[in-house]
Amino acid sequence: MNTPISLLLARFKLDRPGFSLDVDLDLPARGVTALFGHSGSGKTTLLRCIAGLERAPGGRLSLDSEVWQDANTFLPTHLRPIGYVFQEASLFPHLSARGNLEYGMKRSAKALDRSALDHIVDLLGIGALLDRRPEALSGGERQRVAIARALAVKPKLLLMDEPLAALDLARKQEILPYLERLHEELEIPVLYVSHAPDEVARLADYIVVMREGRAVAAGPLTETLARLDLPIHLGEDAGVVLDAMVSERDAQWHLARATFADNPDAGVWVRDGGHALGHHVRVRILARDVSLAVTRHTGTSIQNILPGVVAELANDTHPALALVRVNVGGASLVARLTWRSAHDLGLTPGQIVYAQIKAVALIG
Amino acid sequence: MNPADLAAIWLTLKLAGVTTALLLLIGTPIAWWLARTRSWWKGPIGAVVALPLVLPPTVIGFYLLVTMGPNGPVGQFTQSLGLGVLPFTFAGLVVASVFYSMPFVVQPLQNAFEAIGERPLEAAATLRASPLDTFFSVVLPLARPGYLTASVLGFAHTVGEFGVVLMIGGNIEGETRVISVQIYDHVEAMEYAQAHWLAAGMLVFAFIVLLALYTLNPSGRRK
Repeated sequence: MNTPISLLLARFKLDRPGFSLDVDLDLPARGVTALFGHSGSGKTTLLRCIAGLERAPGGRLSLDSEVWQDANTFLPTHLRPIGYVFQEASLFPHLSARGNLEYGMKRSAKALDRSALDHIVDLLGIGALLDRRPEALSGGERQRVAIARALAVKPKLLLMDEPLAALDLARKQEILPYLERLHEELEIPVLYVSHAPDEVARLADYIVVMREGRAVAAGPLTETLARLDLPIHLGEDAGVVLDAMVSERDAQWHLARATFADNPDAGVWVRDGGHALGHHVRVRILARDVSLAVTRHTGTSIQNILPGVVAELANDTHPALALVRVNVGGASLVARLTWRSAHDLGLTPGQIVYAQIKAVALIG
Repeated sequence: MNPADLAAIWLTLKLAGVTTALLLLIGTPIAWWLARTRSWWKGPIGAVVALPLVLPPTVIGFYLLVTMGPNGPVGQFTQSLGLGVLPFTFAGLVVASVFYSMPFVVQPLQNAFEAIGERPLEAAATLRASPLDTFFSVVLPLARPGYLTASVLGFAHTVGEFGVVLMIGGNIEGETRVISVQIYDHVEAMEYAQAHWLAAGMLVFAFIVLLALYTLNPSGRRK
C-alpha cells in the first residue's frame, strides 16, 4: 500500500417513471473522464447523484476511500468537496463576477489563496470582467466565470454538466481553448458530461459511454474510440484519437510531424499549429477520412500512408458500410469502407494493408 | 382634525406596522413551504391562506370573535394564561389583521420564491452554502422585490380594513378605533367635513402607496 490508488467509486440505482439509472463505475481519480451519451441516457442524472443534488437511495459513492454516500451516510451537497459547472452558467444575478467567485471561497475552509485565484482568473481570461454583473456578460464570459467559481473552492472533484451545450458554435470555440488549458494544468479529476464527440475527443482521457441509464462501455479514450463494438454508433464522428508528440517541423511547407505515442516509428504530417518540438498533442482521425489499399500507392496526393495489419471488421450504421480497425504498430486506426470494397480487396484479419489518411485534425 | 382623529390615525399606523412585521415573519416560512413543497397539503393550505381574498370581512370577524371569545377555544386558552380575552383589545385586532392580510403578504412572497427556481439554490449548495445560509445569502436578496410588494400590500390592506375591526374590536377610542371606523362615526354623526379630511387622506395614501409600488419595484422591469 505504498502508492495510494485514487479512485472514484460510484454505484447508483434509480427508478423513475420512464427512466432508470443503474451504474457501477470505478473511475480514475485523475484526468478528465467524459460521461458520453445521447440526451436522456442518464449522464446528467449520474452527475447530479455524484454531487448529491439527486438522492438515489441505496447508492454508494466514495472518492479516495472517503465515503460520501452509502447505506448509512448521505453527505449533503454543501459538505461534498466538489466543484460543479452547470449547463447554464447559473451565476448569482445579485452579485458581481467577483462576488460570485468569492461566494464559495468565503464558505470553503480550503479555498484557493490569492495567487492561485489570480492564476485561475488569468487562465480563464476573466480578469477584466470581475467588476461586472452577470447580466453585463456574454454567455461565454458567464460560463468562464462559472468555471472559475467552481475551481475557486479548490474542489477534490470537478463536475461539469455540458458546460458548452447552451452556447453557440462561436462561443464554444471561444471556451474550448480555456478548457484545454485547464485540462493540462488541473491536478484534480474532472467528470465532464457531453454528447458532443468533438469535445470528448479534445478534452477527455477516459470515457464512459452511457445508454438508457447504463454505462455500456468504459475505458481510456484512445482504446475505447478504436473499439468497433461500441454500443452506440457515432456515425460521421466515428474515428480514433491518438496521443502524439511533435517530432519534426517542416518550415518550407508549414507542416509538423506528429509521432504516435504508442509507436515512435509511426506518425502523420499535419498542418503546423506552431507547437514546439516535443510538445504533446492529440490527433483525431475520422474513419471516413481513412481509406485502405493492399499495395502502396504512388502518384497520389495523399501524404500520410501508413502500413498496418487488419485487426477486425464490423458493421457500421448503414448496411452498405463497414468499419475496419487497422493496427499501425501499436496504434489503432479505424477506416470506413463499403462492404463491397472490403470484399473486392478480400480484407481479412491479419492482412497487411496501407492506410491512406486524407485528413488529420490536430487537437490540443 | 380633532384629537380623536389623530388618535385613530396613530392607532391605524401602529396596527398596520405591527401586523406587517408579524406577517413578514410568519409569512416567510409559509410562502417558502408553499413555493417548494410537492405535498398533497399544498392545495388545502394555499386555499386557507387565500380565504380572506373572497370571504366577507364580517365572516372572518365573526369566527374570530367566536373562537377568541370567553367560550371559544382560543379564548379559554388565553384566559388560562391569565391574558384575558382578545376581542375588543389592540392585541385582538392584531391577531385578526394577521389573518385578514395574510394572503397579501404570502402570495407575493410565494411568487418571488417560485420565480427564483431550483438552480440558484443548487449552485449555492455546490459552493458550500448550507440551506439556511443559502436562504439568507441568495434567496432573500433575489426575493427583495417580492418582500417590497408584500410589505406594501400587507400594510395598505391592514390600513384599509373595516368589517373585521367592527366585528372583533368594536369602537374603543385609542384602543380599537381605527381610521375607517372613525370615518364611519363621522358620517353617522353627519360630520361630513371631518369625514372628508380622513377619507381624502386615505385616498391619497392608497394612491401614493400603489404608485410607489409600481414605479419603485423593479420586478416588472426585469427581463
